[in-house]
Amino acid sequence: MLTILLDGIAYGMLLFVLSCGLSVTLGLMNFINLAHGAFAMVGGYVTALLMNRAGVPFLVTLPLAFFVPAALGVVLERTLYRRLYGASPLDQVLFTIGLVLMAMPIANYFLGDQAQQVHLPTWLSGRIEFHGVGIGIYRLFIIGVCGVIAAALQIFLVKTRFGARLRAAVDDPRVASGLGINVDLLFAITFAVGSGLAGLGGALAADVVGGIDPSFPLKFMVTFLIVVTIGGSNGILGALVGSLLLGVLDVAGKYYVPSIGAFIIYLVMVVTLILRPQGLFARADAR
Amino acid sequence: MSAPALEARGLARRFGGLIATDNVSFSVQPGARQALIGPNGAGKTTLINLLTGVVKPSAGSVFLEGEDVTALSPSRRVRRGLSRTFQINQLFPDLSPAESLGLAISERNGSGADFWRQAGSKPEIVAEIEELLRRFGLEDAMDQPTHTLPYGKQRLLEIALALASRPRVLLLDEPAAGVPEEERRDILAALAALPGEVAILLIEHDMDLVFNFATRISVLVAGRLLCEGEPAAIAADERVRAVYLGEDAHG
Amino acid sequence: MSAPTRSENPTRLAAHLRRRARWRWPEILFWLAIAVAIFAVPSRAALINEILIAGLFALSLDLILGLTGVVSLGHAAFFGLGAYTAAILSSEGIADPTLGLVLSSLIAAALGLATAPLLLRGADLTRLMVTMGIALMLGELANRNSWLTGGADGLEIAMAPVLGLFPIGFTGQRNAALYSFVVLFLLFALARRLAQSPFGLSLLAIRENRLRAGALGISTPRRIIAIYALAAGYAGAAGALLAQTTQIVSLDLFDFHRSADVLLMLIIGGAGNLYGGIIGAAIFIVLRDVISGATPEYWEFWIGALLVVLVLVGRERFAERVRRLLDRLKRPAAWEEAA
Repeated sequence: MLTILLDGIAYGMLLFVLSCGLSVTLGLMNFINLAHGAFAMVGGYVTALLMNRAGVPFLVTLPLAFFVPAALGVVLERTLYRRLYGASPLDQVLFTIGLVLMAMPIANYFLGDQAQQVHLPTWLSGRIEFHGVGIGIYRLFIIGVCGVIAAALQIFLVKTRFGARLRAAVDDPRVASGLGINVDLLFAITFAVGSGLAGLGGALAADVVGGIDPSFPLKFMVTFLIVVTIGGSNGILGALVGSLLLGVLDVAGKYYVPSIGAFIIYLVMVVTLILRPQGLFARADAR
Repeated sequence: MSAPALEARGLARRFGGLIATDNVSFSVQPGARQALIGPNGAGKTTLINLLTGVVKPSAGSVFLEGEDVTALSPSRRVRRGLSRTFQINQLFPDLSPAESLGLAISERNGSGADFWRQAGSKPEIVAEIEELLRRFGLEDAMDQPTHTLPYGKQRLLEIALALASRPRVLLLDEPAAGVPEEERRDILAALAALPGEVAILLIEHDMDLVFNFATRISVLVAGRLLCEGEPAAIAADERVRAVYLGEDAHG
Repeated sequence: MSAPTRSENPTRLAAHLRRRARWRWPEILFWLAIAVAIFAVPSRAALINEILIAGLFALSLDLILGLTGVVSLGHAAFFGLGAYTAAILSSEGIADPTLGLVLSSLIAAALGLATAPLLLRGADLTRLMVTMGIALMLGELANRNSWLTGGADGLEIAMAPVLGLFPIGFTGQRNAALYSFVVLFLLFALARRLAQSPFGLSLLAIRENRLRAGALGISTPRRIIAIYALAAGYAGAAGALLAQTTQIVSLDLFDFHRSADVLLMLIIGGAGNLYGGIIGAAIFIVLRDVISGATPEYWEFWIGALLVVLVLVGRERFAERVRRLLDRLKRPAAWEEAA
C-alpha cells in the first residue's frame, strides 16, 4: 500500500511541476490558459527526439526540455497572449482552445501520431526495496527532482527581490506598476518559466504516461485544470497540495476501485468547488 | 411615533485588518431629505452597500420601516421598498431606457417573470414608462441603446430606474458625480421633483447640492458617524470644518 | 429633424417595446428555405438532419450563454444524457419517438435543475470547471456502467414511426430530417417567445449587469436556474433526436470535444439572437465536411485558427459588422434616415 502511496506522490509531484505554471498564470495575470498542455508536449518531444534521434543522454535533454518551451512561451506571450489579458474569461478560453487545436495537428504533421517513447537510462530503471516497500527508482527520481524544484520556487518567491516583486504584482498589478515594478517584464518572465516547467514536466512524465503523442495537450488539459481548481491560484503551496491530493487519489482510485476510474477525480473537484468555490487555497478576493 | 423609514443599528464592517464601518447607528425618517457627507475614503459607499445588502455586515443590523432586513438579499430589499442609485452608472448598455424602465416596473408589478406574454403588451406599464421618460427628459432617447446616451442622460436614467421601483426609501450615491456643468441643472431639478413621501438619503461631495437639498445632515469620517443635525448647525460645527479643511483650519 | 410631438411618443414607445416580437420576412424565408431543402435535395437529408440537430444543441447553449451570459464548457452532459436516455428507452421497449423525446428532454432538464445551483457561486473559472466536471463525470459513469449504456460499443436503437405514420429508420432519412426540423422549429418558436417576454428581457439584464438586475428586484439566482434547466432540456431533446434519427449512441457524446464544438458553432454564428446557433452549426458542419474531404487530419487546425482570429478580431466587432451589413441590405431607407 505504501508503494501505491509513493506512486501517487510521484504522480502528484509530476502534476505539480506540470501545473504550477498554469496556477501562477491564473493567479498573476488572471488568465485561463488552456493551451498550457501544449508547452508540456513540446518539452516531452524535445527530450524524446533528442534521445531517440540524436542519442543525447536523458539528463542532458532536461534543461533543453525546459528552455525550448520557455522560449516559445516568451514569443507567444509577447505576440499573442498579452493582447488578451483584459479579455473576458470566455474569450481567453476560446483563444487558448484555438491555440491547442492548432498545436496538435502541427505536431501530428511533423512528428506523426505515434507516441514518441522516452527510454530511461538503465540507472533510472528498476525498483529498489526499502524496508519491505518496493518503489520504482524513476519514481524516486521524480519525487526528488520535483521536490527540489518546488523548494527552489518557494525560496525564490519568498527570499529574492524578484519574488517579492512578483508577489506584489500578484496582489495588485496597478499598485505594483506605480511602485516602479516592470509588470510587463514580470509577466513575460513568469509565463516563460511556467511554460518551461511545463515542458520539463512533460519530459519527466513521458515515461510514466506511455510516451508523448499529439493528443497529449487535450488529454491532460482537464487534469491540469482540476489541479489548479482544487489547489486554488494562490501560489506554490496550493498547487502542491492540489497536485499531491490528485495524484494520490488518482493512482489509489484506479488501483483499488478500477470500476470508478477517473470518476473520483471529477467528483472530488466538483465537491471541492461546491464547498469552496475559490479552491482550497485561494485568496479571499479571488476572481 | 412611527418607525423610521430606514435605520442602521451598530453597523460594522471589517475587511481583514481594515475597519471600513465602525459601529454606525442612525436613522432616516419617512419623507426625509437627509444627506450623508464625509471626506474621501470615509466609507460612505460601503455604508450604502451595507444598507442595501450588497455587502454583509460584520456586526449590526438594518431595519426597513421597522422590519429587520439584515438577512435579506439586495433584490428582496428592493421588493420591500428600498432602492438605490450607484456612484458609477450601473445600467444595461444594450437595452434602451424604455426597456430598462419597463423591466423595473414589471418586477415591481409582479409580472417580471412572465415568459409567455410579450414585453410591452401591458398598457398600464407602457403608460408608466412614458411618464417616467417624460419626467426625466429621456423621451428623445427612449429607444436608443443606453450606451449611446450622453453621460448626463445616463445619470438621469440611473435615478429614473431607481424610482421605477416606487421605493419608499431611496439612497442616492453621488448622483451629480461626473456630470458636465450644462447637464447638472437637470439632475438638480430631478432631485427637487422627487416624490415627497419617499425618504431620501443623499451621498454627495457637492456642498451646494447638499445644503440646497437636505434638511438633515449626517457626517461620516473614517467609518464612524461624527455628528448629525440641521445644515446650519453642521456648517458651523468646528469638528466638521476641521475634517474638511485639515488640521490647520483657520477661521 | 423636428422633435416628435407629445401625441407621437406613446405610439413610438409601444412600437419600440414590441419590436422584438414581430416575425420579420427574412426569418420566415429562413425556415421555409430549410423545409424546401429537405424536399428538394433528399440525397442530403442526412446532412441536413445533422445540421438541424447540432443547431438545436447550439440553440440550447445560446439560451444560457447568449441570453444570460452564463458560460458552460460541459453542455454536452445534457446532450449525451438525452441521447442515452432515448436509446435506453427504446431498448426497453418504448419505441415511440415523441414519447422518448419528451422523456429524454425532461430527464436532461432535471439534471440541469439539479446542477444549476452549483453555477451560482464562485468565479468564471469555477463555473467552467464545474460544468466541465459534470460532463466528464457523466461520461465516466456511462463508461463504467456498460450494462446500461453498452460501454464503448454503444447501443443499437430501433424506433417506431413518428406519430405512427412516418418511419425514421435507415430508409426514412427524409422523414428523419423533417422530424428534426419540426422539433427544432417548435422549440425555436418557444424560445423566441420567451426571449421577447419580460422574463427574457430580464435575462438580458442579468447578462449585461447582474448587479443592477438585482437592484431592480430581479431574483437573479432563480432566473438563472430556470433558464439553465430549460437549456438542459433543449440539449437533451437534441441528443434524443440524434439517437432516434441516426440509431447510434456512443460515449464520445460526453467528450469535452462536443462541448467545445457546440461553443464554437455558437460563437461562429453569433450568440444572443437565437439564430446564431443554427447558422453556426451549418457553417461548422459544412466547413468540416469540405475541409475533411481535402485534409482530414488538419480540420482541427483550421478550426483552431478560426477561433484565434475570431477572438483577436473581437467577436462582437465581427458580429456587429455582419449585422450592420445585413441591416443595410434589408432597409436601406431607414438606415439613411438614421444617418
